[in-house]
Amino acid sequence: MVDRFIMDAATAKGLLHQMLRIRRFEDASAEQYSRGNIRGFLHLYSGEEAIAAGVMQALRHDDIILSSYREHGHALARGIAPSVIMAEMFGMADGCCRGRGGSMHLFDVATNFYGGTAIVASHLPMAVGMALAIRKRDEHRIVCCFFGDGAAAEGTFAESLNLAALWSVPVLFVCENNQYAMGTALQYSHAEKDIAQKGRAYGIESVHVDGMDLLAVIDAMRHAEAVVRTARKPMLLVCNTYRFRAHSMFDAELYRSKDEVVQWKRRDPIDVFTTWATGCGLLTEDAVAQIETTVANEITEAVTMASQGDLEPVEDLERHIYATE
Amino acid sequence: MQQSNGMQQEPTISYRKALRQALREVLYADDRAFLMGEDVGRYGGAFAVSKGLLDEFGPERIMDTPLSESGFVGAGIGAAMAGMRPIVEIMTINFSLLAMDQIVNNAATLRHMSGGQVGVPIVIRMGCGIGRQLAAQHSHSWEPLFAHIAGLTVLSVGTLEDARWMLPAAMRSDDPVVILEYTSLLNSEGILDGNVGSVDIRTACVRRHGSDVTLITYGTGVPKCLAAAERLAESGIDAEVLDLRVLRPLDEQSILASVLRTHRAVVVEDAWRTLGVGAEVSARIMEHAFRDLASPVLRVAGVEVPIPYPKHLEDAAVPQVEGIIEAVRKVMS
Repeated sequence: MVDRFIMDAATAKGLLHQMLRIRRFEDASAEQYSRGNIRGFLHLYSGEEAIAAGVMQALRHDDIILSSYREHGHALARGIAPSVIMAEMFGMADGCCRGRGGSMHLFDVATNFYGGTAIVASHLPMAVGMALAIRKRDEHRIVCCFFGDGAAAEGTFAESLNLAALWSVPVLFVCENNQYAMGTALQYSHAEKDIAQKGRAYGIESVHVDGMDLLAVIDAMRHAEAVVRTARKPMLLVCNTYRFRAHSMFDAELYRSKDEVVQWKRRDPIDVFTTWATGCGLLTEDAVAQIETTVANEITEAVTMASQGDLEPVEDLERHIYATE
Repeated sequence: MQQSNGMQQEPTISYRKALRQALREVLYADDRAFLMGEDVGRYGGAFAVSKGLLDEFGPERIMDTPLSESGFVGAGIGAAMAGMRPIVEIMTINFSLLAMDQIVNNAATLRHMSGGQVGVPIVIRMGCGIGRQLAAQHSHSWEPLFAHIAGLTVLSVGTLEDARWMLPAAMRSDDPVVILEYTSLLNSEGILDGNVGSVDIRTACVRRHGSDVTLITYGTGVPKCLAAAERLAESGIDAEVLDLRVLRPLDEQSILASVLRTHRAVVVEDAWRTLGVGAEVSARIMEHAFRDLASPVLRVAGVEVPIPYPKHLEDAAVPQVEGIIEAVRKVMS
């Protein structure tokens, strides 16, 4: 466990800010979806914030990140502006992908953020390939690849882990096990419910982390740094977590009990961290309130900017298909 | 080499060796380039195309992969995104569907979906074709599947010249290029015109000039149509043979230019007739040159059957020279 003396007040503030920004951004996304400003599929990250914040604080600017379609949290924690992500979801030209991708496809080369992939597990081999390029050029950066427990049932997951171990490439696989592949619980998807065992079967060091506890994630990342960045080997981090909202905006949540949701919400990662940080004197209640206000302003501004954006001209429809266009 | 009557004989080269020379050229030209695929290294390539390259370039440049088509094609895409110039060999087109998600949803899509930020300069080569008695799961002519995908450049290697120079041209592209090589042509030999030096990957190419009818084809259809044209010449029909070469984006201009000269067209391909490349070519001729046609466009294409194993049935399932001649006579009558 991370010693409280190792974390300073500014760091604690920054981490809480990250997590709260994600939570409030997702609340605003849901609201904008019900207003019809966001369309298509929308998958919210609420409840899983400790993972994005905890993993991302350990990464360097030149490290590469890939994610699934539930990637708003990763994109925000990586430093893509809330307004740019919101504009993308509004389909505006000022979005990070000029509105062409939407919620499930956030890309931002400036921060080395490579998606936003919506075919489950299909970004895993790309992560391995990017790490292979890094290895071939003898660079010191690493690749970090987020995916869910559903992805671990795909054949491509198995292929990717084998290739990563076989080629010994610096890729950190972060499995956010939120217990459900859409509406199918882990026990109905996996005969081996311990996903870390699957990593070990391919010769990859694999550990479990309490994904609701930011400090546990930070602690796990110290070890991951040693394995992936220093020893240049792949590693699998299985973060056990829970999504507080439905799978997507079309989900009636028939597959899980209200009581289960309530139980998990008692372990809200933001509350857990705030309680710890205020308890040990790193954060005051005033500081927490101040962060809440700052975040509220950021999100309001993001929505305002997104709604004032411009749409791509229809004449540009066929641009960006090939490099020359 | 023996010399007779003072003339130096030009050496012949096989399609296989031309492909290998192309690989050597691009691997020497660019440090970022590497070849990966099943059995490309220690085995020497399933069809001996990459034979000897492991010794010449070492295991970092010639990488054997496990049987994980989705995995290693995806890894090639990732390597390309991170600045490398990977050449990924899918042993045969028959296994390409295992990697189709990577090709369609990632390679072909990322540039547009990321608003122009992420390019995928990967070259994916695969052996393909029908005619070696390999039965239904190993005898595929899926050019139309790839040619359907927006974002890809799809090349069909129907000649020695293209076997030698299409790959270097593809490596200069910043976008994903699929190169279809034909296993039945690997042993075909000829003299390579050393003056050519390079080819483009934008245009179709007239392989035989003629004035009466245009045979539009690609891949293994090229030698078949050239043979048919020779036979037709004996009976006074002068057929032009247009090798499409680039199946996406299609070179509509060359197709129309030829048809506007000959006023007749027959499209020849091994692929199944329904929704094949021929259907698209025929539609474009209808859209742009309908009033210049002396006769409806005809298609000579694969019979819509999973390709059977016995030789006589396999031959009956794909276009043969006789069938092409018959179609030409029909449009000439």
